[in-house]
Amino acid sequence: MDKKLLEILEDIQPEANYLTCKDLIDGHYLDSLSILALVAELEEEYDITIPTVEIVPVNFNSAQAIWELVQRLQEEG
Amino acid sequence: MLIISSYFSLAFLVIFLPITVGLYGVLPQMGRRLVLLGASYVFFWAISGKLLVYLLLATLLIHYFGLWLAEIQRRSDALVAAGEKADRRRLRRQAQTRERAVMALAFLSLMGILVTLKYAVFFTVNVNDLLQALGSTVQLTPPAFLMPIGISFYTLQATSYLFDVYRRKIPADTNLLRLALFLSFFPQIMEGPICRYEQTAGQLWQAPRLTYHNLSFGLQRLLFGVMKKLVIADRLNLFVRTVFQGYENYDGFVIAVAVVCYTIQLYMDFSGTMDLVMGTGEIFGVTLPENFRRPFFSKSISEFWQRWHITLGTWFKDYVFYPLSMAKPMKKLTSRARKVMGNHFGPLVAGSIALFCVWLGNGLWHGAGWHYIFFGMYHFALILLENLFDPFALRAAQALGISRSALPYRWMQIARTAVLVCIGELFFRANGLWAGLAMFRKIFTDFQLTTLWDHSILSLGLDKYDVLVLGVSLILLFVLALFQEEKGFRLRQALAQRPLAVRWLCYYGLILFVVIFGAYGAGYLPVDPMYASF
Repeated sequence: MDKKLLEILEDIQPEANYLTCKDLIDGHYLDSLSILALVAELEEEYDITIPTVEIVPVNFNSAQAIWELVQRLQEEG
Repeated sequence: MLIISSYFSLAFLVIFLPITVGLYGVLPQMGRRLVLLGASYVFFWAISGKLLVYLLLATLLIHYFGLWLAEIQRRSDALVAAGEKADRRRLRRQAQTRERAVMALAFLSLMGILVTLKYAVFFTVNVNDLLQALGSTVQLTPPAFLMPIGISFYTLQATSYLFDVYRRKIPADTNLLRLALFLSFFPQIMEGPICRYEQTAGQLWQAPRLTYHNLSFGLQRLLFGVMKKLVIADRLNLFVRTVFQGYENYDGFVIAVAVVCYTIQLYMDFSGTMDLVMGTGEIFGVTLPENFRRPFFSKSISEFWQRWHITLGTWFKDYVFYPLSMAKPMKKLTSRARKVMGNHFGPLVAGSIALFCVWLGNGLWHGAGWHYIFFGMYHFALILLENLFDPFALRAAQALGISRSALPYRWMQIARTAVLVCIGELFFRANGLWAGLAMFRKIFTDFQLTTLWDHSILSLGLDKYDVLVLGVSLILLFVLALFQEEKGFRLRQALAQRPLAVRWLCYYGLILFVVIFGAYGAGYLPVDPMYASF
């Protein structure tokens, strides 16, 4: 897991345990506005573009899922 | 004569549904598909008659536009693949422009029908008011359109299909019958849930054989929904109607009680209908998306909207909020705002613009009236305020040594959210915006308990017996919801593990409870499912 990603998440929503939590969306830790902040951070930090179709719970329900999304988008260029 | 007027009409429950299930049970797969489609059109026709043509038109529109979009995508992919590397970006952009034009045309066609039928009168009346205020004697004649059932629901479902094809999330469906069934499936046509193509089209077309498990689980849920609607929601109707229609005659306490009763009525009516809908789907082996997840355990308004009418919220989120807030100019705005205002407040600038559009749309979707727009703006303001003040609340809690996950703090948040929701529902139910404001004012300026002390509040449509039935039912449902919320308890699965005699005792108990305590017959007015009128 990327340390920087955990820092970004902690900064946006400090009330979740990102090492264990697997329901960040379904458990209401991240709402639509948090996702907006997160997407802006991720795009800037990792130099990626996150298309709207990728904003689905399965991609944001855990820090691991978010990291996998980032890596996939980096590979796709 | 028995007439199908809603899912709770006798004609639906004892004639239409059993016949449909019977036919479905004896036919092979293709026959089962046709039974579902045929039953869906018969149901629609039974309620809206010739207006069925609008549903057929919407089906043909999404079929045609879906195939058109897919064809453009196929051609552009072939051109891009065959083109020179330097030329690919230009070819892709050209294809995107064409796709966007077709999508816009499709969207305007579908929404045009909905907007014309639903808002033409509201628009005309407001233009007339404006003309009058400007001193003009010219007045427009409001059109007299009839609305088919479920148009607000199936139009959103139809547009979601086209958006998903446009975004290449799903392939365009070449099978017109499958698409027709996806759009018209009779249990969901009146009040949703608003399904996505990928959620239900495949399941419906699969049309699995009738099984004992699906039949028994489906009937249990259906019965549970009937109980919520007939025993609780419809029982509250007379009192709520009396107070909201003649609020001038009642004090602030009576109005406050009516507002709470209306909120319970709406929840029990809508979630009860959803239980019936989900149960009916389950009988045919179809799992529809849940529309409610114990919303009154929400700790904030934004959480409430993730638990109440979920499929409407996710529709607005996926097709309005994210496309708007993640459009290029908005992303630039977010990026600039973050540099100036930081990570929390920066995204709120673009987010609040998108959120405003979502809540304006949400309010208008519920109906053509200023009080619906106010309802939307009220929730927009609350969600925005929550996000603005959350960092301060967090810091304040830390400074005071209060744990935000502690039980008393959570229950305080839950109670606060419930009060805010009730205030919103006051305006939602009021007979116009001014009536809503007057009622809200009265709660504070004319609050007295005389109707409670002299028991005259029990003569407004809810007597002692009604209050007792409501109290017992609501306590039982609350305890069940609490177990579900805290322990993940699943009632039907737990019941299925009990001996046969216990299970049937429970079923008969529930049926008897509905028959004895249901608010129907003399003294009660039949109430159509409330969300069907939106």
